[in-house]
Amino acid sequence: MDFPILSLITILPLVGAIFIFIFDNNQSENKNTIYVSLFTSFVNFFLALFLWYSFDKNTADFQFIEEANWINGFIKFKFGIDGISILFIVLTAFITPICIISCISSIKKRLKEFLIAILVLETFMIGVFCSLDLVIFYLFFEAGLIPMFLIIGIWGGPKRVYAAFKFFLFTLLGSVLMLVAIISIYWITGTTDVVQIYEIKIPVEFQYLLWLAFFSSFAVKMPMWPVHTWLPDAHVEAPTAGSVILAAILLKMAGYGFLRFSIGMFPIASEYFIPLIYTLSIIAIIYTSLVALMQEDMKKLIAYSSVAHMGFVTLGIFTFTKQGIEGSIFQMLSHGIISAALFLCVGVLYDRVHSRLINSYGGIVNILPKYAFVFAIFMLGSLGLPGTSGFIGEILVLLGTFQKSFLAAILASIGIILGAAYMLWLYKRVVFGKLEKKELLELKDLNYSETVILFSLAILTLVFGFYPNLILDTIHVSVDNLISDYQNSLILNLLK
Amino acid sequence: MENLSILLPEIFLSLAIFVTLLIGVFFKDSYNLVTKIIYAIIVILILIIFNTFTESFDLFSNSYISNSYTNFFKILILISALFTLIITQAYIREKNINYFEYSLVLLLSILGMFIMISSNDLILFYLGLELQSLSLYILAALDRDNLKSNESGLKYFVLSALASGLLLYGCSLLYGFTGSTNFEQINLNAGLENTGAIFAMVFILVGLAFKVSAVPFHMWTPDVYEGSPTSVTSFFAVVPKITGIAVIIRFMQIPFAQLVDHWQPILVFISLASMILGAVAAIGQTNIKRLIAYSSIGHIGYALAGVATGTINGYNSSIVYISIYVIMNLAIFACIFLMQKEGKYCENLDDLSGISSKHPFLSISLLIILFSLAGIPPLAGFFAKFYVFMSVVESKMYVLAIIGLLSTVISAFYYLRIIKIIYFDELKKPFDSTKNIGVYFTLSLSCLILISFFIYPSFLNNIVETLLIN
Repeated sequence: MDFPILSLITILPLVGAIFIFIFDNNQSENKNTIYVSLFTSFVNFFLALFLWYSFDKNTADFQFIEEANWINGFIKFKFGIDGISILFIVLTAFITPICIISCISSIKKRLKEFLIAILVLETFMIGVFCSLDLVIFYLFFEAGLIPMFLIIGIWGGPKRVYAAFKFFLFTLLGSVLMLVAIISIYWITGTTDVVQIYEIKIPVEFQYLLWLAFFSSFAVKMPMWPVHTWLPDAHVEAPTAGSVILAAILLKMAGYGFLRFSIGMFPIASEYFIPLIYTLSIIAIIYTSLVALMQEDMKKLIAYSSVAHMGFVTLGIFTFTKQGIEGSIFQMLSHGIISAALFLCVGVLYDRVHSRLINSYGGIVNILPKYAFVFAIFMLGSLGLPGTSGFIGEILVLLGTFQKSFLAAILASIGIILGAAYMLWLYKRVVFGKLEKKELLELKDLNYSETVILFSLAILTLVFGFYPNLILDTIHVSVDNLISDYQNSLILNLLK
Repeated sequence: MENLSILLPEIFLSLAIFVTLLIGVFFKDSYNLVTKIIYAIIVILILIIFNTFTESFDLFSNSYISNSYTNFFKILILISALFTLIITQAYIREKNINYFEYSLVLLLSILGMFIMISSNDLILFYLGLELQSLSLYILAALDRDNLKSNESGLKYFVLSALASGLLLYGCSLLYGFTGSTNFEQINLNAGLENTGAIFAMVFILVGLAFKVSAVPFHMWTPDVYEGSPTSVTSFFAVVPKITGIAVIIRFMQIPFAQLVDHWQPILVFISLASMILGAVAAIGQTNIKRLIAYSSIGHIGYALAGVATGTINGYNSSIVYISIYVIMNLAIFACIFLMQKEGKYCENLDDLSGISSKHPFLSISLLIILFSLAGIPPLAGFFAKFYVFMSVVESKMYVLAIIGLLSTVISAFYYLRIIKIIYFDELKKPFDSTKNIGVYFTLSLSCLILISFFIYPSFLNNIVETLLIN
């Protein structure tokens, strides 16, 4: 076995967190804490980049596999990545240092605990994308609730308790059904190793219920309409860094879960439930876009726009076309960058004015030109302007959808128009117009760390927009493999 | 005569109790001395039992057995009793209930439990049960100047005596319909056509369900937990539960093995009802001891779910569950003993509000324990539930699995509520800083186990799996 780089990349943030927890008892001086957490998260980011670099793009097999006996030999500890998961690991490792930089100035109390929570969360998130065993996956998937619950609850806004509870209980409710399904899979196939389950193939009669159990977990996490209601609350109340992680990574776990588990393990059921997914996705896209249009609160607006964008992701995944699935993955990554950036933009204003309401702003382009510039890039990225990464994701998803269902594609396109409407209107009300409010006059433009973060995100948005192959190259082979496996199972089932 | 060496733990324990009793009577203010002797007795007992752990014997024409199964539970009981004694010392001294009888009665109840677990005969079993129960009544009413403690002792006595009566009635019916008091003999005679034996099984099951406080025989639990001195509650919440599960498994596995189709629905119902009631009723509680009472009802429900499968895997998962439950409960009581404001022990949840800023160690421990009780991975409580539901699904009892897991979501709500009080609320008044080394030691040890359990989760299974292969 080679060097266990996946375990290293998973464990490293946890080690950093433990290090902070044990060695830094100086409450007043947070410098060392910040350095340690920045150091670990950056090392992890570079490790992730190295992983991406040394990743073999020409094979659909799982790479960097690590195996060990875990529970009595009947459940193995298994890590491994393919073209789909590697990008999410890189995204996680990239977003975490950004969160840490952004929270240094904005978190006023208990910074040390906050950094510990973020680092522990990073371990759990990377673990989710690395694990190739259902139980290990569930372990990381659920464990992430603990730090996120605390992040919302301790550092959140006025209604943080309600939001934290809603987040925790909604997600837990969905997930316990998945746990039943995982245990059932073990007794049906005799293993929880995903790769083996792909080969064994779960009998068709079990697939439907199992698919629904997994769906209940992923639909809540995604979130899909009508179980999306926890997301706006959680986003509004969470501190900026919490919203960023939530939008950028936690939501992607569900999309990743659909790709890795639902489709791979239950192809027949996935085919069967396509109409359900399409309906829910279309409702999510149109309904939540309309809801977003009416929001007074900037964070809530972006939260609803996340639900709509995730609707595109589910739509794309369940087209089972190359364009659709690649578009979905691209959309997830681009949404990870853009929504993170949008929340950071709101955070920038909130740190200065302490209001998230749209009507407490107006005309800030006159005093915050740099801010207005980056905000414009992300706003345009979010509505899918050609040249930004948002466009590639949406156009690919729509290309895939047109092959399967004309109606769904048309309806989804309406969502894009609505998306443009609410984003442009938001931008108009916040940035343009006359500068009338006196308290806005004193605002200072982006400081050094904010500039670095937001411009690096903006550059990424544009780079992926102009050169999407950077991402698509990595996922081509894995997606091809996913689709061919899926079609083979369908054909096999028909022949029976 | 050489066979009597098998009884060495029990003989040593009884002799030690009498000797210590004499010491306690003849020396003035002998509480400290007696407690120290009792620590030594418990440690020696653990060593004795450990020494003959895997040997299996039977005695007195097969009415008393000793094998790795009984030895495992005896060691578990002794270890938890030892830690209970360690964490309760400061409390007992401050509450002025440092009667030397406390630790002695505690040992007596342990002797009763030993006999219950090892008995292979109804009469011997009942003797052990009564020895245990009588000791527990005394313990509940230990704080004799306190009205609530007396009330809880009396309440426990009346209800428990009723349950013992039912159990005894069941035993006599069983003897009448099978013609024997020996477990294995009963197993041979209690076939499916033996309706009387089924009746007897129901009565015995009711008595046992009462002892482990499973719904619908749980009514005494919250009152007794709240009224008894916390030192006694911490014992109640842990040690009798271990015995109860051990005995239920033995009954289901040996005398009632053929009646599995009849007791299975009863146990499924009891287990489901306990899970749901434990989860729902705990939501409204404001007293932490009452809350733990309801939470322990819920946990017994999960442990019984494993037994309800009627398979070896199910029994094993129940044993693992109860072992992890013991660790979590010891830890949470250790936390309660640290909740002291201006010299007084607090029991209200509100007293915990905002303590995270002043007591980081206590808060992080509570965080770990509560998430573990709620069964969130990667803590030990998750694995406990995971094993139970593995065996439940293996037996295709999907309804039990789904309802059980849904009730974990409900119960997560009240565990989260405590975490909310600790972490999200404003600080009202910090606790006194105490230097109680025993409590801190127990707390750190159990939290360490709870966190690091996931690294090698089959540790307990490996031991437990060897127990039931006869």
